[in-house]
Amino acid sequence: MSTSEAAVEHRYGPYGGQYVPETLMPALGELETAWVAARTDPGYREELTVLLRDYVGRPSPLYLAERLSEVAGREVWLKREDLNHTGSHKINNALGQALLAKRMGKQRIIAETGAGQHGVASATACALLDLECIVYMGAEDIRRQKPNVQRMELLGATVVSVEAGAKTLAEAVSAAIRDWVTNVATTHYIIGSAVGPAPYPAIVREMQRVIGDEARAQILERRGRLPDRVLACVGGGSNAIGTFAGFYGDPSVKLVGIEAAGDGIDTERHGAPLTVGGKPGVLHGALSAIMQSPDGQILEAHSVSAGLDYPGSGPEHAWLRDEGRATYIAVGDTDALAAFREVSRLEGIIPALETAHAFHHILHGDGGGSELDLLCLSGRGDKDLAEVLARG
Amino acid sequence: MASTDATTTNTGAERIAAAFANKAGRAALMPYLMGGFPDLETSRAIGLAYADGGADLVELGVPYSDPLADGPVVHDAGTKALAAGTTTEDVLDVCRTLSERLPVVIMLYSNLVLARGVEAFVAAAAQAGASGLIVPDLPLEEADEILAACDAAGLALVPLAAPTTPDERLRAIGSRARGFLYTVSVAGTTGERTGTKESFAPILDRARAATHVPVALGFGIATPEAAAAAADAGADGVIVGSRLVREAAEADDPATAVRAVVADLAAALRT
Repeated sequence: MSTSEAAVEHRYGPYGGQYVPETLMPALGELETAWVAARTDPGYREELTVLLRDYVGRPSPLYLAERLSEVAGREVWLKREDLNHTGSHKINNALGQALLAKRMGKQRIIAETGAGQHGVASATACALLDLECIVYMGAEDIRRQKPNVQRMELLGATVVSVEAGAKTLAEAVSAAIRDWVTNVATTHYIIGSAVGPAPYPAIVREMQRVIGDEARAQILERRGRLPDRVLACVGGGSNAIGTFAGFYGDPSVKLVGIEAAGDGIDTERHGAPLTVGGKPGVLHGALSAIMQSPDGQILEAHSVSAGLDYPGSGPEHAWLRDEGRATYIAVGDTDALAAFREVSRLEGIIPALETAHAFHHILHGDGGGSELDLLCLSGRGDKDLAEVLARG
Repeated sequence: MASTDATTTNTGAERIAAAFANKAGRAALMPYLMGGFPDLETSRAIGLAYADGGADLVELGVPYSDPLADGPVVHDAGTKALAAGTTTEDVLDVCRTLSERLPVVIMLYSNLVLARGVEAFVAAAAQAGASGLIVPDLPLEEADEILAACDAAGLALVPLAAPTTPDERLRAIGSRARGFLYTVSVAGTTGERTGTKESFAPILDRARAATHVPVALGFGIATPEAAAAAADAGADGVIVGSRLVREAAEADDPATAVRAVVADLAAALRT
């Protein structure tokens, strides 16, 4: 189709769509138009590329974790998104969208955050580009991610505590969407994960695919071969979709997403809708794998890691699962906490609790015959110290 | 007040049209009610009090965990209704009671429809006497399946139009509207605000030019003065939500209290 080159996908198989109040529909259209223009505009590409290189520190290294490889019994390469400025992959998307907002003439930025990494990344991008920044964060996440709250405020952002429901990421997204409905004329919503109404899942994937594209080139250069498996943790799924996207054209590469099993996927306290399956539903504007009651009420997720504590998932992940292109498994709180400590001692890298879930699978899960794993180390774990140490 | 209409075989859209045609005031009075709030039986009594107070049509909300279009008052009421154990089925039972008195349009979020299955939900709503559905997170682009099911079951799928909706899109929405066009008075979530004839008129004029069905104005109308201003500005119907939900939350005797508020609103539309 001649138009498909310019279009942004709204659906991934049956998933995705735009289940939002009418008030937002023109803004989603405006965003899509701006994105389609920006992504092929050499000026925008150049500005973003230079910032990613000189400000963020890209390309991030690809590191052969030798001691970890020894324990795992196969080569394990880490794509070091934890070394990015602000300490996680979130800055790739936040900077790209903030630049886009500036092109659209929007001076006010809103964002949601769970672990605080996307909030910090958005606050950073806004400070750099002189934009107003308001971050919605669940009260429970403010409690367990205090250092990131302090960083956001130091960067000039306003952090709004969200008291509804479980007081975590899902409620923060809802509060941000309500703000956007009210202030849509002046405001751009920098959604932090590959979720939300179209065109967001596609935009966020394209902002994050720098991870997968770099990693693919790096492993080919270093090892002269592709990995057998590419792994990433999945909350909403932005680091995973960005990493996976670089390998879509390589059918020999298995894509593995690791969700949060929380207290266990046989309990109601988890964050693993892709792993558990069940009837798809609408959350935050998209049809995808979600956690819901038989009546269709959204259930509260649970995970020790705020970034995976989310009852939904990006719609493209649901489609990758159904198509058999990617597989999803879940790792619980206890195993993730143990892996957090294990990786710290093995490699001298304190990983984010989110990524610790994936590390557990690499170290102790089924290797699936892989001889070479490539993991997106999505962020560093400094933010999690207080929470982990409090658990003894 | 509706009486004979209730027992006819009219489709939902026809019953809604009759409510607009036979309205007691200059504009139809369309109060909103959160099903199951503060508890199921009180919510049923509140709906009946709306009818007694002079409502022409009632909007019956189904509580939802994640109501993106609602402000704090309606959101809190929904949270409490869910905490009290209210189910979609419970609200349909309230619908059954109220539909004997006046047309009921059920307002609920898309996932509640999808979870049950579109055809199954629409059939259950029709069975419960509903005349229509309002789905605030179902824009034109996503509406095909639910619209077809509603049309087949004789339910009106009432779309929303926003101040941000461009003219061409508004015409597309208006041409597919059933029952009435729910015109949102401000960019924002539900909640009490102020408004004047002058602020409402351009919004209503634009909506009227885009559709053949009656145009109702909602989101923010809280007082008899604002309701009268909306009628003066040309609204065929006036929707009042958060003001009444707040009354139900604060009053010792919610049914009596909301009846008085509805009666004041009705009086303002008659003079």
